[in-house]
Parts: sequence; structure tokens; C-alpha cells
Amino acid sequence: MSDDIYKYEDMELLRFTTAGSVDDGKSTLIGRLLYDSKSIFQDQYEAIEATSLRRGESEVNLAYLTDGLKAEREQGITIDVAYRYFSTPKRKFIIADTPGHIQYTRNMVTGASTANVALILIDARNGVVEQTRRHAIIASLLQIPHLLVCINKMDLVDYKEEAYHKIHQEFEKFASKLDIKDVSFIPISALKGDNVVDRSSRMTWYEGPTLLYYLENVHIASDHNFIDVRFPVQYVVRPHSDEFHDYRGYAGRVAGGVIKKGDKVMVLPSGFTSKVAKINTFDGEINEAFPPMSATVLLEDDIDISRGDMIVRENNSPEATQDLEIMVCWFNDRPLQPRGKYTILHTSQEARCIIKEVRYKMDINTLHRNTDDKDIKMNDIARIVVRTTKPLFVDSYNKNRITGSVILVDEGTNETMGAGMII
Amino acid sequence: MDYHLNHLKELEAESIFVIREVAAQFENPVLMFSGGKDSILMVYLAQKAFYPARIPFPLLHIDTGHNFPEAIEYRDNLVKRLGVRLMVGSVQEAIDKGLVVEEKGYNASRNGLQTVALLEALEKGKFDAALGGARRDEEKARAKERFFSHRDEFGQWNPKNQRPELWNLFNSKKNFGEHFRVFPISNWTELDVWQYLALEKVELPSLYFAHKRMVFERDGNLLADCEFIQKRPTEVPKEMMVRCRTIGDMTCTGVAPSSADTVEKIIQEIATTRITERGGRADDKRSETSMEDRKKQGYF
Repeated sequence: MSDDIYKYEDMELLRFTTAGSVDDGKSTLIGRLLYDSKSIFQDQYEAIEATSLRRGESEVNLAYLTDGLKAEREQGITIDVAYRYFSTPKRKFIIADTPGHIQYTRNMVTGASTANVALILIDARNGVVEQTRRHAIIASLLQIPHLLVCINKMDLVDYKEEAYHKIHQEFEKFASKLDIKDVSFIPISALKGDNVVDRSSRMTWYEGPTLLYYLENVHIASDHNFIDVRFPVQYVVRPHSDEFHDYRGYAGRVAGGVIKKGDKVMVLPSGFTSKVAKINTFDGEINEAFPPMSATVLLEDDIDISRGDMIVRENNSPEATQDLEIMVCWFNDRPLQPRGKYTILHTSQEARCIIKEVRYKMDINTLHRNTDDKDIKMNDIARIVVRTTKPLFVDSYNKNRITGSVILVDEGTNETMGAGMII
Repeated sequence: MDYHLNHLKELEAESIFVIREVAAQFENPVLMFSGGKDSILMVYLAQKAFYPARIPFPLLHIDTGHNFPEAIEYRDNLVKRLGVRLMVGSVQEAIDKGLVVEEKGYNASRNGLQTVALLEALEKGKFDAALGGARRDEEKARAKERFFSHRDEFGQWNPKNQRPELWNLFNSKKNFGEHFRVFPISNWTELDVWQYLALEKVELPSLYFAHKRMVFERDGNLLADCEFIQKRPTEVPKEMMVRCRTIGDMTCTGVAPSSADTVEKIIQEIATTRITERGGRADDKRSETSMEDRKKQGYF
């Protein structure tokens, strides 16, 4: 037994987001994954069994497993991102479960922001619908590295290959207009369990992986940027103890690249250069740090560095700029104010900004750029130009999801108003 | 060269990031310490986050007065070893001051009263962020909880008015008198916590390991026989080998029959067990939405 616990050292973490409309069977699919991977406990199962009975349903409804808060259960809809967990011996999975309805675009964007994989559900009877296109566009905008299209309810089209191929082609035709690197398709029935965990005997024409096999094996090791060193300083560690008298460590989470001991580095905004003297952790010194590690970097020279500064390689630095072109998703019921001022958060930096221009609003069903309608309301996606009070050290979101993202905060209510991706 | 972290190291990195973010973004944070394994993990991760400096905020224990003595002993040793400040918010004091009225009868519990003592302690200490060891896999009302959870001036949680969280950008802006609850281990599951504690060889309170104890059965759960619980005449205590899956107030923390006396055996037990760890918590069973209701009022 004592060896068994060390097996877990090889498990990887995969985050995926699910999107689908109420009737696509998303809750059933998640319930199925949790149930078939034996991640449901007896008391949880008994609770949904009782609920199913009370509501007069003939079978245990796995969809109730993902039902969240009281308010939602009463309305029968999901109104927020819910996080679910399950694991297999190979991987631990975090599902960001988001509702698919148009007014929940912001939730989809939230769930997508940290995902490795976007799982899109299509009802085999209906094919590619408006919501499918919206989900794919959001996955592309948020640069989710892998897109998985599950064509669900195959049981209702007699498991016919033609139905699957028609949707497959339809989706590929549309997706060719998007910036998606890796797309896969799987025909499933979440209700009956076909191709979810176990291979279906009713679709022998399909030779690809099951859903779980895909999730366990999709290559995610290169989802981070390991090339351009970006280390936003989060916190300065100063022990002030006798043992560590002159210790000055810069704590942070590596946002990009591999930082090595001995590397020549430059600190922004000062532009001073130094060398990495040590990379420290509680578990001892390490020779290199890479995303998404948290570490503490010590430099050879005594330079004044504080939170908000960024450590980079001398010959590879992000753009230092006060003018940003951003694709923004609006989150609040108070619309974006043209010329409005907001607090802008970027890595460990904070500044104020003014909205200088709305270039266009994007129709998230068709990708159409509307340059006439510039009223940006909740759930809208738009390209805007902002000017900040001080330079931020940015990369394009395409290049780095961490140093390429910002949020806008209302200075009066403190609410998060929008999420932006730097172009 | 293959650069990748295993799932436990990735969870660790994420939690350390959130804990450091709290130290950087708030003026006066506090770490809520219950004595359970999740808060022990929190203290351990905080130690890692600021090493070689000390943890730059105090621990806060809300003491119902109905503690397992083993939990208090562990707490005091930990505080001494790390050199952190411990603050205690007392439910007994809140009762004595007349802030709350104690429940009576067989199912009397001080669990609900903790909320009052907690909010009072947070207000008294002028804490603007309270770090907690809650996990999203624990209970359905927690599945949508944020890392940074905003509370109004009454300490209340409004599920409809939580800020969206994207990437690793956390918005800690607030008005005077409001505070945040922050949950750095949101993404850990019970099994993750145990695997990590085992790999890191973290010392744990003896209560988690199988031991002999006088227990009695109520509503399908085993409770520890103690002076704080009024037994019905039919409830006869007997000695059994048991262990705690969670550690809380003695009146509502169920114990489970078990022979797991090492962390490895506990992991094996959890991996095969079919009941969630909160399954033994009488406070969650009061109604289908009891956790959600308590959270709205400011429960941890």
C-alpha cells in the first residue's frame, strides 16, 4: 500500500469547460462522467434518488447531481459557473460547468479563461445551432487550446453514422473561420452511456476514442508558454530574522518561460539588469522554474523591486505600453461607458484607465463586426481601445494568456465590469 | 525537457499564489483555523508561501467550547512551532454576553452560534480578509464559491452578487466595513488533501486515526459520547474503533468505524468509501439547503 500513494505523483491536472443549452444533455453528461468514474458517493446518490422520486421521475436523474443553489433549482436553470471534480488514475479533472444561454456569455467566458479543453455538446437531432457557434467562437476568442465536439443523443437518431458525419462537416466548415488549433469529434449518448466511459457497441462505425479516453490522453503539456520568460512580482519576502538578515526574495507565479539560476534578467519598469542568484522554495533551492509554478527568485544585485514589477530576459521583453487594444466581454448590467474611467488589473499590476474608443461590437453568433452599434451591454463582446495611467507590461493574449489578460473594475461599486484579451 | 507539474504540485502552486495575493492585496488578513485537516493544510501552505519569513497574519480559532481536547493540544503546539499569533473567538463568551441563545434538547448544537462569534471576532479584529479552508467538492452550495468571496457589511454572502473570476486576476476592492472570505484550496478534493498531506509527511491530530472511543448511534451516525451531548435513554454508548473524517464541534461531528491508523490506510479507505466526508455532519442534514442558508448568514 505504501507505494500506492506515490502513484498519484504522476497524475496531471486537466481543466475543461462544458457548454451546452439546457436541452443538450449537459447535466446528464456530467452526471454520467461523475457516476461512471465512481466519483459519486452513496449519500449524494441517495439524495438525487430521493429528489427524482419526489418529482415523479421513473429513473434516477443524474442531472440533479450538478444542480446548484436553491434559487436555481426552483427555476430549473443554472445561473453561474459551478466547479465539479473527478479523477481517474491518470488525471484529475476540474470541470467548469457553465450554462449555455445567451445571457450567460459572461459565465462561459469565465469558465473558458482557465480551461485546457472546451467541450461543446450538440444535439444530434438539431445539428449546429446558434448556441453551438457561440460556444465555439468563445472558445476561440479565449484561446482554449483544445476543442472537443460531442455529438450527443445518438440514441435518438438510431446511432446512424450519417447523422454524425453531417454535423461533423457542418461544424468543420464553420470552424475553419475561427482560430482553433485542435478540434475532435465524438458521437455519444450521455443518457445511455455510449462512448462516454465505455466504448459503444451500437456505433461500431466510429473508431475514435471514447470521451473519457480523450480527456485522459489529450496532450496538454505544451499548453503553457515555455519560451518567453515572464515573472510578475507578487510579493516581496523579507524575513527580518537573524538567520536571514539580508534576505530579499521576489515571490510570484511563473507566467511564461523557464527561469534558470544564473540567467541574466531585466527588471521592468526600471530596466535594471542582474542575474538570478537563487530560486527558492520551502522544499529547497531549485535550478529552474516554469509555469504554473509558484517560486521565490533572488537576484545577485540589490535592486529596488516591488509588487507589480516584472522580471524578464534581457533580450525578450513584453511591450511596455499605456495604449491597449482589447477584446472585452462585458459582465455588468450597467453598460460600458465611452470615455469612462475604470481600474484595470493586469498580472500583479494595477492602474486606472479610460475607454478611448469602441471600435466595434462583435456578433457572437456570426462573428460579424458591427461598427454602428457601440452600446456595450452585459454579455456583449467588443473591441475597444484604452489608455492607462502608467505603462503595463503586456503580451498579446495569443502569445500568453496570463500576461495578455486584464479585468476592468468599477471605481464606485468595485464590481468586476469586464474581462479583456489584449490584441 | 518535459516541464510539467503533477496535479498536487499544480494545486499547491495555485493555493500559494492565492495566499500570497491575500497578503499583498489586504491590510489585515486572518487565517480561520478549525483544527481540521483542511485548515492544517492551509497553515502548511501559508508557511510555504512566505518561507523563510513567518506567516504574516494571525490564526483565528472559533471555539465552541465543545472541542475534542486532542484538537486543542494540536493547535497550541502548531502555533508555538510556527511562531504565529493565535486569536480565539469564543462561543461561550457570546452566550454569556447574551448575544446568542443556546439551543436546548437532544440535538442542541453550537454550530449555528459559531457564525455570531466569527462575525464578532472579525469585526473586533478589523480583519478585511478571512482565509478559510473550504473546498468546492464538499457540498453543493460550495461548488460555485469564488476564491475571493465578497461579504457585505453584515458579513452576508449573496450568491447572486459574486464577482466573476477569470485567469488569475482577483478583484479585492471593497467598501469600508465589508470584507472578503478567501478560499485558497477551493480546487482540492478530500482525496487530494490526504494524498498531499501524506506525501509531504505533515503531522496530524490523533483524532484522524483509528482509536478506541465510547460512541453511540443517532440517526444512522456515530457520535462521540461526551458531556456536551444529551443522550436519549435508548442511546447506550459502547466502545468502538473509530476515527474522525472531519473535526468540528463534538456535538455534530460524526465518527466512523475504521481501522485506518496510518495516512496510507486513510487514503485507501477514502478511495473506496462511498459516503462523503460531510455525510456524518448533523448540521448539514437539517435540510437539503442548510449549508446554503448558513452561508448567506455569514457562516464560514
